[in-house]
Amino acid sequence: MDNKSNPWKKDFPILDQVVNDEQLVYLDNAATTQKPQQIIDDITAFYQQDNANVHRGVHTLAERSTEKFEAAREKIQKFIKAKHSDEIIYTKGTTDALNIIARSYGEANIQAGDEIVISYLEHHSNLIPWQQLALKKHATLKYIELDDDGFVDLEDAKKKITDKTKIVSIAHVSNVLGVVNPVKKLAALAHQHGAVMVVDGAQSVPHMPVDVQDLDCDFLAFSGHKMLGPTGIGVLYGKEDLLNAMPPVDFGGEMISFVHLYDTSWNDLPWKFEAGTPNIAGAIALGHAVDYLTNIGMDNILNYENQLVDYVLPKLLDIEDLTVYGPHDPKKHSSVISFNLKDLHPHDLATGLDMEGVAVRAGHHCAQPLMEYLGVSATARASFYFYNTKEDADTLVNSIVATKEFFQNGTI
Amino acid sequence: MALSKMDNLYRQVILDHSAHPHHHGELSDSTNQIELKNPTCGDVLQLDVKVQDNKIVDIAFSGYGCTISQASASMMTDAVMNKDISVAEDMVEDFSDMILGEKSDTDILQDAAILKGVSQFPARIKCATLAWKALHKALNNKQ
Repeated sequence: MDNKSNPWKKDFPILDQVVNDEQLVYLDNAATTQKPQQIIDDITAFYQQDNANVHRGVHTLAERSTEKFEAAREKIQKFIKAKHSDEIIYTKGTTDALNIIARSYGEANIQAGDEIVISYLEHHSNLIPWQQLALKKHATLKYIELDDDGFVDLEDAKKKITDKTKIVSIAHVSNVLGVVNPVKKLAALAHQHGAVMVVDGAQSVPHMPVDVQDLDCDFLAFSGHKMLGPTGIGVLYGKEDLLNAMPPVDFGGEMISFVHLYDTSWNDLPWKFEAGTPNIAGAIALGHAVDYLTNIGMDNILNYENQLVDYVLPKLLDIEDLTVYGPHDPKKHSSVISFNLKDLHPHDLATGLDMEGVAVRAGHHCAQPLMEYLGVSATARASFYFYNTKEDADTLVNSIVATKEFFQNGTI
Repeated sequence: MALSKMDNLYRQVILDHSAHPHHHGELSDSTNQIELKNPTCGDVLQLDVKVQDNKIVDIAFSGYGCTISQASASMMTDAVMNKDISVAEDMVEDFSDMILGEKSDTDILQDAAILKGVSQFPARIKCATLAWKALHKALNNKQ
């Protein structure tokens, strides 16, 4: 877990730099992760050697890029244990994927009086699409309560999910509280009532093994840039029969079968949902990211991050005047840790940490209803990945203490 | 230690204003009012202004935010109290220029001139300008 024994840190050139005269410690991985040199090289190589539009040409480069683009889809299929590769739809990211579900499945299946069930800890991207759908369709949006540790409460879920519920959509891992929600049990509950289960996997897929068949979720959304890939590429997984029955949401090239003057027939899955020239280099790079992660092993990544949390969480809890949100038992807490110093706004704390080289997020984390639920206006958040080390954790803890002293004792 | 760099951002007078803000609260007889939010961080600032004969005769702010935004609001209320609207509007521009690192008349800004150091912290510029933006909007938002 230390800098010497971590075999992956050296792959990330961006981490080897000084900011504000201090060694950079990057702890904003829940916002976006850094990219290993191998993936940066792969993207360059694609543009140097293979770049062409996909599914359109008969020339060699077009074939080569198409082959790589579709091979990446199969890698992603295996990565999340989907049954078929056509269940993997490339999107711009998690937000885009969730919006597609709301606009396609939601528009087609939600009627006045139906219920959509989410929870208080959802990211805005898993809240606003459902809120707007409910408003438009005169459906009811219901929120599942959180338990004392911040987990989506199964007992309350049993009350909130009813025979009127058509969609349940829950974050697998909270981007604020670091809880891993019981999405498998929630999926079973949703199915008992004839609803579909949507899982926001933005914070889980990069950090732990996710098996869509085991979870039995109907849809899963996640982003490439939070798992070593570039921005602008993400995935919508959906069960084949559901996706087949769903109307496309964007129209244009690629997604058609035949276009006549007054009507059009749609392409097969997954291309039905991929109008226009896709993010080809991004998709291929996401395939490489999946290779990189698979090479380490998702079990190993989860285990490594659990050990880091075991190490850092008690140290954070020991800092006087520091409030840590979410579970205090390291066994229940994933590698996203939110906290506040007493009487200090998280922005001031984050500036102090930045001066010490430590990059954390401060703000509402795109989860304003959760902030209200917690009774705070904002929090600071440190989020770890497998290239972070014990030393990074120590620097975080020491910098919080130094910042606290700076503000308590006045300026130096 | 790189924290010492923060001295520019958090001078004692800034910390004092933040800990003990001037003109904090609400006015029962305001003529102009605005609530402004900083959507990136969730900070909220409510500004109440009482204008008589084109002059700011009373002012108060409430809401919540970071040290910089609270101190800036406190300093702003000090600076514009009993000023003509046109002078206050000039000060809004002077403050904005100063924070963006451009040349400006900082004498008129009183304590607020000390926030000049914020220009070296681009991520915090929005925190410093929130109160001044609120003043500009409030003056154009008669009740």
